[in-house]
Amino acid sequence: MTHLDDRFEHHSPTPDGSSAQVETTNDVQIKTPEKICGMGHRMKRKEDPRFIQGHGKYVDDVKLPGMLYMDIVRSPYAHAKILSIDASEALATEGVVAVITGEDLKAAGNLHWMPTLMSDTQMVLPIEKVVYAAQEVCVVIATSRYVAADAIELVYVDYEPLDPVVDPFEAMKDNVIVRDDKDEKTNHIWHWEAGDKDATDKVFSDAAHTVKQSMHIPRIHVSSIETCGMVANYSKITEQMQIYMTSQAPHAHRTVFALVSGLPEHKIQIISPDIGGGFGGKVPVYPGYVCCAVASLVTGKPVKWIEDRSENLQADSFARDYHITAELAADAEGRITGLKVDTLADNGCADAAANPSKFPAGLYSICTGSYDMKAAHVAVDGVYTNKPPGGVAYRCSFRVTEAVHMIERMTDIMAHDLGQDPADFRLKNFIRPDQFPYQSPTGWEYDSGNYQAALEKAMEMIDYRGLRREQAEKRERGELMGIGISSFTEVVGAGPSRDYDILGIKMFDSAEIRIHPTGKAIARFGTKSQGQGHETTYAQIIAEELGLPASDIQVEEGDTDTAPYGLGTYASRSTPTAGAAAVMAARKIRAKAKKIAAYLLEVGEDDLEWDVDRFQVKGSPDQAKTIQDIAFAAYTNHPQGMEAGLEATDYYDPPNLTFPFGSYICVVDIDKGTGEIKVRRFVAIDDCGHIINPLIVEGQIHGGLTMGLAPALFEEIVYNEDGQNLTGTFADYLVPTAVESPKWETGHTITPSPHHPIGAKGVGESPTVGAPPAIANAVVDALWHLGVRHVDIPITPPKVWKLLRDAGVTD
Amino acid sequence: MSQHSITVTVNGEASTREVDARTLLVHYIRENLDLTGTHIGCDTTSCGACTVLLDGRAVKSCTVFAVQADGRNVETIEGLATDGKLHPLQEGFWEKHGLQCGYCTPGMILSAKHLLEKNPNPTEDEIRAGISGNLCRCTGYNKIVEAVQYAAEKLREETTA
Repeated sequence: MTHLDDRFEHHSPTPDGSSAQVETTNDVQIKTPEKICGMGHRMKRKEDPRFIQGHGKYVDDVKLPGMLYMDIVRSPYAHAKILSIDASEALATEGVVAVITGEDLKAAGNLHWMPTLMSDTQMVLPIEKVVYAAQEVCVVIATSRYVAADAIELVYVDYEPLDPVVDPFEAMKDNVIVRDDKDEKTNHIWHWEAGDKDATDKVFSDAAHTVKQSMHIPRIHVSSIETCGMVANYSKITEQMQIYMTSQAPHAHRTVFALVSGLPEHKIQIISPDIGGGFGGKVPVYPGYVCCAVASLVTGKPVKWIEDRSENLQADSFARDYHITAELAADAEGRITGLKVDTLADNGCADAAANPSKFPAGLYSICTGSYDMKAAHVAVDGVYTNKPPGGVAYRCSFRVTEAVHMIERMTDIMAHDLGQDPADFRLKNFIRPDQFPYQSPTGWEYDSGNYQAALEKAMEMIDYRGLRREQAEKRERGELMGIGISSFTEVVGAGPSRDYDILGIKMFDSAEIRIHPTGKAIARFGTKSQGQGHETTYAQIIAEELGLPASDIQVEEGDTDTAPYGLGTYASRSTPTAGAAAVMAARKIRAKAKKIAAYLLEVGEDDLEWDVDRFQVKGSPDQAKTIQDIAFAAYTNHPQGMEAGLEATDYYDPPNLTFPFGSYICVVDIDKGTGEIKVRRFVAIDDCGHIINPLIVEGQIHGGLTMGLAPALFEEIVYNEDGQNLTGTFADYLVPTAVESPKWETGHTITPSPHHPIGAKGVGESPTVGAPPAIANAVVDALWHLGVRHVDIPITPPKVWKLLRDAGVTD
Repeated sequence: MSQHSITVTVNGEASTREVDARTLLVHYIRENLDLTGTHIGCDTTSCGACTVLLDGRAVKSCTVFAVQADGRNVETIEGLATDGKLHPLQEGFWEKHGLQCGYCTPGMILSAKHLLEKNPNPTEDEIRAGISGNLCRCTGYNKIVEAVQYAAEKLREETTA
């Protein structure tokens, strides 16, 4: 691959104007005609024809000759010693090929342990003890999935149950040690802080008003409709390991597999085919993947492993599980001055969070949110318990949801305490547009924002003042109606290599574009769509930059043998990183195209200007060469001394993260008799900078809102005191249907990122981050006059019913 | 395990196969007939990803034995387009961005087909109730509702034309 930038144009990683102030507008920018379909067009998705006709190809659709099937024996205890494993009856069953235990993995080169993404360790298969219910104990390989499922019942494991520790506060007492494999006999994993403690204490001692609240952001599960799975296909002849895997980060997974297994990295091919939803749950490496790959290595045959839903809900990484105590301070004028946060992070039996290495609590320190304040301090402690490891995101970037929920609840409590309208209180305390780029008290530099514009637009769209009047009238009649606001600030697009890596691999991302002689193109990326529509949006970005119709550009991701290296798709990072890489690669191509055009038109490069899809002579637009003319010439008539071809690669290292934001307003009606909460209206104004495809952005926001509604009102992974998961099926873990999900009303403002080359920010997770506190605030707003200051999510009818009864409301 | 010879007509094509008594219809469709457009998302008849039409009625094929389909008609997503022309529901899902990852889509489309056959002019609430046996984790359902409305209108036009 020729790196054109070495020869033609210096590529600066920091586009011009990275700290400039930017204007906020309302209209989506469109610069290309519909036949080109660059940015801003509502292009129908290029990937859809295969999905609507049943021709998507997911991991479970892979069928290879002689393929075997794997199933997993799981622990019935949350904490127990393993005394013995007797697999003789299973092995004697017709069709059973092998049983693999922790001892077998140990003998194969200490594969019974693996590193987590946070450089902790996690068992692949146990030898001495199990540390969570449903933990993988051993695996059975058989000729059919039915035989494998039968045979796991014929493996007899003798356990000696131990007391489990399920509550993280109990775990901090170290009476039961979860990880006695470690030198230090403690459950405390790490302590982490951000901000200035002394300055914060000073602000609090000077404060006119303070509020304090404890809250739990409960454990939840991404529950993508496709569970996790793998087909591993090792050839003992070629020593090639081909892996089909439900992976959001195939390149990183290939490197991890190479480092753990000792197989040379060029002999491992990971293919992440169509993925049926990821949301963060397909970032970690699970024990099942490792066992499946080992099973193929041992048998020399393809082996398929597809987990079922109850395995998925009981054993895969969870999200959240933060126990927070927060305090907010304000001065006599009702201006927020400071924030103090203490948090206990229940990490389960391993720190297997999917965070950048230097951020054990992710980007949680974004917790001062959209508000300008003098000082803040946040401290987090991680702790082991006898639960499955985590935590991953749940359609949110690295712990931002926990931060936003806390600050938006605290802001609302303060506003109510001061007797101020929550909207007016926010408008007064927002970071002002002229303060961007804004230095937050916990060390962030927010790139751009206009929080007033988004909230005012949401208030106008929903008729906020009218709703307040209606609420007052209804309260007179004893009816319960609440209005909740959330004005969130997201932080996405990890990230600049100076601070962001996963297991040491820097969090850049990549694009490679090749233009064929006839003016068609293929573009490959280090990311991996799980439904986000990359095949369409990346094509539109390239169409915008090069004037090739988006329909002429084939986008590919997910095959480590062909795609350039990248860190994958999660945390809303694809547009901020790989999308920017696409722009930069396209601009390299355009720089070369300009030289070719100058040669073809026999003019100097300085005499040319770019217009949508062509270089034309300044002042003489008839003299022009289209990108298609130039592509053909690059292979048939290129200037002597220049390399033939028209292609470029870019590894984009973002100068900063992007900070999408928005304001959401939710209206709820509460039934006093049953405690049922009805979301009557929900208006969401999002600002993700320049919009690539409004249709896709709307879809992302709708989906994120339903995934924000879910933990606010329905979803929670619940354990009993023995560490048993009581929510291990979709009959108990309540994913919202079309009936519970309201008709979302959406809109946007556009405040471009000044450092992203096309002014875009991430968007896929903003609504999941922003929606839960809007709903929780609405419920508390409906109940505040009854003395209710806070309710932990999920806010279920029984919780509300009890609050109402405690307040003496009986009908 | 007893073996049974069954003849099932899938998307208009009859074929006879030997199956175990316990073979699930969804595995029969996916693994015996290699029609992988029907997906599996849970093991409790909750998510609806495996929805197919059995004699015109939407069923969750993870909770039907293949032998129960003996002598009957099954329609899967692969049978919806005719002569290369998309069914109005397929068209609607594409036009209105009614899908993202695509995993729930085949089941969602078949549930919607059953709904529109019973009720050609459903209200939004009736559409939401009609697809409430099918979980989608990506779209938030707004655009699925629009896709079904698009198809309903198109199908009514076709009927009156």
